[in-house]
Amino acid sequence: MYTLGIDIGSASSKAVLMEDGEKIRRHFVIQAGTGTSGPDKLLDLMFRDGPVSRDDIARTVVTGYGRYSLESADGQISEISCQAKGIHHLLPGARTVLDIGGQDVKAISIGPRGNVLSFYMNDKCAAGTGRFIDTMAKVMEIDVSQMGDYDEKSEDPVTVSSTCTVFAESEVISLLSQKKNKEDIIRGLHRSVVSRALGLMYRTSMEEDFVLTGGVALNKGVLRALKEELDRPVYITEEPQISAAVGAALFAWEQANKK
Amino acid sequence: MGEIINESMTSREMLDILVSKNMEDARQAKKDGKLVCWSSSIAPCEFCETMGIYTVYPENHVVGIAARRGAPELLEYAERKGYANDICGYARANLAYMDVQKCVSEEMPLPDLVMYCNNICETLVKWYENIAYTLNIPCLVIDVPFNHEDEISQANVDYVKKQFGTVIGQLENITGKPFDYDRFQEVMKIASQNANDWYDATMLCSAVPSPLSGFDMFNYMALIVCMRGRKECGMTFRKLKEELEGMIARGECGMKKAEEKYRIMWDGIACWPYLSHTYKVLRDQGVNMTGSTYPSAWALRYTPGNLEEMARAYTGMGNNLSLKGQTDLRKGIIRDTKCDGVIMHMNRSCKMCDFLQHEIGQELSSSLGVPITTFDGDQADPRNYSKAQYETRIEALVEMMAEQKGE
Repeated sequence: MYTLGIDIGSASSKAVLMEDGEKIRRHFVIQAGTGTSGPDKLLDLMFRDGPVSRDDIARTVVTGYGRYSLESADGQISEISCQAKGIHHLLPGARTVLDIGGQDVKAISIGPRGNVLSFYMNDKCAAGTGRFIDTMAKVMEIDVSQMGDYDEKSEDPVTVSSTCTVFAESEVISLLSQKKNKEDIIRGLHRSVVSRALGLMYRTSMEEDFVLTGGVALNKGVLRALKEELDRPVYITEEPQISAAVGAALFAWEQANKK
Repeated sequence: MGEIINESMTSREMLDILVSKNMEDARQAKKDGKLVCWSSSIAPCEFCETMGIYTVYPENHVVGIAARRGAPELLEYAERKGYANDICGYARANLAYMDVQKCVSEEMPLPDLVMYCNNICETLVKWYENIAYTLNIPCLVIDVPFNHEDEISQANVDYVKKQFGTVIGQLENITGKPFDYDRFQEVMKIASQNANDWYDATMLCSAVPSPLSGFDMFNYMALIVCMRGRKECGMTFRKLKEELEGMIARGECGMKKAEEKYRIMWDGIACWPYLSHTYKVLRDQGVNMTGSTYPSAWALRYTPGNLEEMARAYTGMGNNLSLKGQTDLRKGIIRDTKCDGVIMHMNRSCKMCDFLQHEIGQELSSSLGVPITTFDGDQADPRNYSKAQYETRIEALVEMMAEQKGE
């Protein structure tokens, strides 16, 4: 039986095709989120030349900020529950997840069955989210995908004290005008992102294993800063952006079997 | 006012008539040259009521404005005057109203005196001082020390009781009349009976399904805030109780067009600018708000004539309790009203509410095993709320409650 899990976020759309609630057959990530053509393109990709057609899908569950925007959905489940379920499937030892997406930061405590024990999310502010890093990359005129490489070369990291995205942007401009190295500013920014996220994470029971998910997990600078701060191992999956979509596909499979 | 409501009316009809008549009477009193007092919501109403001073409540007034989406103009006005946007939204909107005297809700007459009791909040001190200074009017204060210990100390009770005498003297000076102790006895009897009637009616939320949605309870709250010294208030709550008992006997749910699948406790003040949205998101998922701290907040019980018990009641109000006191209060509410989960309003206006929230949440979660979610919002300022964030958090909470119920 094939099920589909789709995660329509604020900055990207992700889809996972799963077979029998176990095996991931295909997955796609498009850097265009809700309100864009991203979700439609995602479905086109999924079924174009794929092993299965739309008619073969037993059930589709959608999660993420844009979860109610897809007409072909059979159900919606919050990204908190989907993230917990997906990560539990991919890394069964995971107990604390930090998910940094486009506009949300979530810290989730997971039980041994992949259930949510507690969760904490950022307030109505984009500081410390993917958008924050995107904005800073633009100010520094580099591609966001290069942020991790720059971070690696930092020798004398600066402190970025502003938590507000707009003020941090001004601070970065000021640091650039003081001829500070981009590498050092970037490491400072990554530390600032992690420091803000830890405010949420420390509210959980902080049980190991720790996992970092979301698009920001692709940034090795943020991962390094998180490991340094926690002084404990932090794991990421091979595709850190798709775990909520994996969870959605698993929920779809469970729901299809209940019927 | 007794004749304008009668037993043949529903409690809702009584409520609507009384709420609109209340402000109308205050405006008329002002026109007739009588004294009007602005009071904080859980200050002792008994003294002004005894002296025939018409009392209105700025917090309740701002609630009406915020729920009608009229707060932004006032908040912006206050900010232009120099008040920072992280000061309490009730204070900002009311201080602006004092200047402009125009709003989308009922017009509230300006005061001839103000009275506050800091048993609910400390911002009141500066807020009410500001009004008194600006309008050059007397500011009457019942200063209630915070209960740092788990028990309410005798020293605190004595201190508060002593101030009752001071307030009586101040009112005699302001009105030029002697305090009418016979009338005072009568008002105390009415106020304490009203407190009982309010609690008895609203705590019928413990029935399954609950005959009263917590959001409907918010409507009735206007009466216990504004008319606690009037007998019509108790009459309405006794009628409400009778209606709710009928619904319980018939097994009816108070949530309209929805089945009660889950029951939650709402922690903190309502998010008035988005009252409808916060309600509908819950209702659409079959979530009924059965628990809140509101029923107990006005359950100010004392033997009429016993000023020591009265001082103890005002001192022991929920917001003024120690961390343990506030945690135990909520544990009782969750148990009594059979809640499956808790929603905590991280209210940007109220530091008093937010300060203890995480600690209380951790204790409720570990001792009762209830899932909890928080959301950012505000009691008056709509800029501090995001619909999408609220929806996601509520859905996740519902999924956790479903998981616990084995659904």
